[in-house]
Amino acid sequence: MFAYLVRRLLLMLVTLFGISIVIFFLLRIVPGNIVDILFAAAGYVDPADKANLEKELGIDQPLVVQYWHWISGFLRGDFGYSYVSEKPALQEILPRIPITARLAGLALLFSASIGIPLGVISAVKQGTKLDYALRVVSLSGLSLPSFWLGLLILTASVAMFNQMPIFNPNPATWLEAFATYAVPAAAVGFRSAALTMRITRSSMLEVLRQDYIRTARAKGASDAAVNYQHALKNAILPVITVIGIEAAFLIGGLIVTETVFNIPGVARFLVEAIRWRDYPIVQNLVMLIAIVVVSANFIVDMLYAVFDPRIRYTD
Amino acid sequence: MRSVRALAATAALSLLAFSSIALAAEPKQGGILRMYHRDSPGNASIHEGATYSLNVPFMPVFNNLVIYKQDVAQNSMDTIVPELAESWAWVNDNKTLTFKLRQGVKWHDGKPFTSADVKCTFDMLMGKSQQKFRQNPRKSWYEQVNDISTNGDLEVSFNLKRPQPSLLALLASGYTPVYPCHVSPGDMRTHPVGTGPFKFVEFKANESIKLTRNPDYWRKGRPYLDGIEFTIIPNRSTAILAFVAGKFDMAFPTEVSIPLLKDVKSQAPNAVCVVEPNNVATNIIVNSSAPPFDNIDIRRAMALSLDRKAFISIMFEGQGDVGGTMLPPPNGLWGMPKEMLESIPGYGPDINANREEAKKLMQKAGYGPDKHLAVKVSTRNIPVYRDPAVILIDQLKSIYIDGELDVVETANWFPKIARKDYMLGLNLTGNAVDDPDQSFYENYSCGSERNYTNYCNKEIEKLFDVQSQETDVAKRKKLVWDIDKKLQEDVARPIIFHARTGSCWQPYVKGVTVMSNSSYNGYRYEDVWMDK
Repeated sequence: MFAYLVRRLLLMLVTLFGISIVIFFLLRIVPGNIVDILFAAAGYVDPADKANLEKELGIDQPLVVQYWHWISGFLRGDFGYSYVSEKPALQEILPRIPITARLAGLALLFSASIGIPLGVISAVKQGTKLDYALRVVSLSGLSLPSFWLGLLILTASVAMFNQMPIFNPNPATWLEAFATYAVPAAAVGFRSAALTMRITRSSMLEVLRQDYIRTARAKGASDAAVNYQHALKNAILPVITVIGIEAAFLIGGLIVTETVFNIPGVARFLVEAIRWRDYPIVQNLVMLIAIVVVSANFIVDMLYAVFDPRIRYTD
Repeated sequence: MRSVRALAATAALSLLAFSSIALAAEPKQGGILRMYHRDSPGNASIHEGATYSLNVPFMPVFNNLVIYKQDVAQNSMDTIVPELAESWAWVNDNKTLTFKLRQGVKWHDGKPFTSADVKCTFDMLMGKSQQKFRQNPRKSWYEQVNDISTNGDLEVSFNLKRPQPSLLALLASGYTPVYPCHVSPGDMRTHPVGTGPFKFVEFKANESIKLTRNPDYWRKGRPYLDGIEFTIIPNRSTAILAFVAGKFDMAFPTEVSIPLLKDVKSQAPNAVCVVEPNNVATNIIVNSSAPPFDNIDIRRAMALSLDRKAFISIMFEGQGDVGGTMLPPPNGLWGMPKEMLESIPGYGPDINANREEAKKLMQKAGYGPDKHLAVKVSTRNIPVYRDPAVILIDQLKSIYIDGELDVVETANWFPKIARKDYMLGLNLTGNAVDDPDQSFYENYSCGSERNYTNYCNKEIEKLFDVQSQETDVAKRKKLVWDIDKKLQEDVARPIIFHARTGSCWQPYVKGVTVMSNSSYNGYRYEDVWMDK
């Protein structure tokens, strides 16, 4: 188990180094920099002013030097200053992380708590009206873009209740705080729940056909015990994989959801930072996201080993 | 007897009505005005930006020397009132503009405001001080200012190279606040300090901007509001829905498009909405330094092909204005009269005749039904740019020009234009002040940084100076019309239309005036109050 853990950790570090290179150079390949954007916003280009500003921001230096400045600063915890707000990048990023983390956490919770039980029910009731209904729900979850669903929720809320469930930075009660996150989490988590439901269903169907399930039934185990203790335990591995991958892909959905529900989280902030070519924000934020995603995968790998002893013994 | 009673009753009712109007019109103190903001401005320094995304939230922090009267919709010389100045006078054959400054005004950090602050601000704008702005997009406004001199703490003079009556108009713009000497340009970008009715509290990028009442404001009894909070909502659908649901007291000024206005009025029938021109002209920039548009015939043919009313009808349901460089009357002060406008090629009402003439010019240049001219129409990847570009391409087809849309990301737009890497471009030009000096010099003078097409006509440039020095408004207007006509005939930067947009607020918000010939000057908000 220890060797497995060390191997995975080393792989994680190499991956992160590769990601840092890709982030840095991809950002430079995109045409235009912050100075171009600032002058575009001001509607004029003065070559002397432009050169001065590029020098001031350090983007006139060779790329390798710029990379070294950034990565060494990142490792020291010095994230530099936002080109746009001129505030420390960390000060800009940190307050937004809990907002997105709460939203992502709730979305994943929504996804797992809805997707897994409904997937099990759908598998157990295979071929029934309930199964078909649940499959329609899951298919619509996969088909509806989250921005559209979000706008639909907002429009319906205004039309039906004259209420607008957009972000409230100062909720008065715990319930209000929960409501602030619950609606957008449901909008973004719906797709994820649908996917989880489908994976759970197909995985359960496969397991339910196994001999040991028949044996368990023959021994007189209850339906609940068979389905949840024997079948689900063995069917859960692919579901964990999907939830792990979804956690990584969630950031894409969150960008849209944060925009539609006007949530000041990191996802929307990242898009704005990319629009402004705010390198210190984009590089550090994407690197942090990469660390979260790689760590999530690492945790999934560890969970594999916990759930399936064959993995820790053979890998 | 009956008629006497009726008269008495009518008088009593009238009295009651008047008194209730008077009561209703009595401004109330207090309340936080909640408004959404359409995007996150890059910084908080008005002098370093060129978008009213900056003016709307930060104009309330500052004062100018003079300002356009905030409760009059049409900006003009007659509506300029003193602000940090108590009075002004033109002396020395109209070559010196002297201001007597207001006494006892304090910056928000408690330091006294003096003439040194005025000198600092304008020296920096003219690029004559040690401290520099990171960007200085309106440096050209002060081309005619030789220097700024002070006489004690309460008098400051602008010494000009030649008379320029419109300098006062430029100084009255929302783009011309006075900055404090003791705060660096860098700090002004993040924590602006002003003398205005509201103090800066915080600016969270992409999130919110908060202002609070300045209790020491020099204008006693103002502002009425306790503060203003801007929530940044870039998604227009979300923003409008939030306004309709009552989350905001005001929509971002001029940000409600004509089609959206219908939605707002149907979902929030009590909302107060006004539609005004925003003095932003949609125009075509032509690269006349390279084929095929180095040929004046092709440029003229293109100008002749335009059906301006179709643009306005498709994009604004008819609510827009056809004009030249200057915003047309009645809202615009300097626009050509209709008859003069219609005498310019391409502006006549018979579109088919115009296009027939255009086809002849194209055939003269070697193009026709069997040989079309292929061009790329470049524009920024923003709907207000992209949509008219698509209509333009459609109209150009009628004169053997096959256009292909080339959408360019904002970051690359000006570098692309600057290196002349385009054939035709669809552009928007906003005018901060409805004055020919701002528009002509900025967009058409030889060598100006915002003269994207490098149009340069020395004869016209001389006329720019003549009109600029003219103190008789009627004479100046005539000169301006002639110049504008010539610019359109030269196809310098063909103007397609002047847009109109909507501004909405809840019925309890009072004292809001939307300017009708500029989108940059009406956001001091010291007279705004809430009746609730």
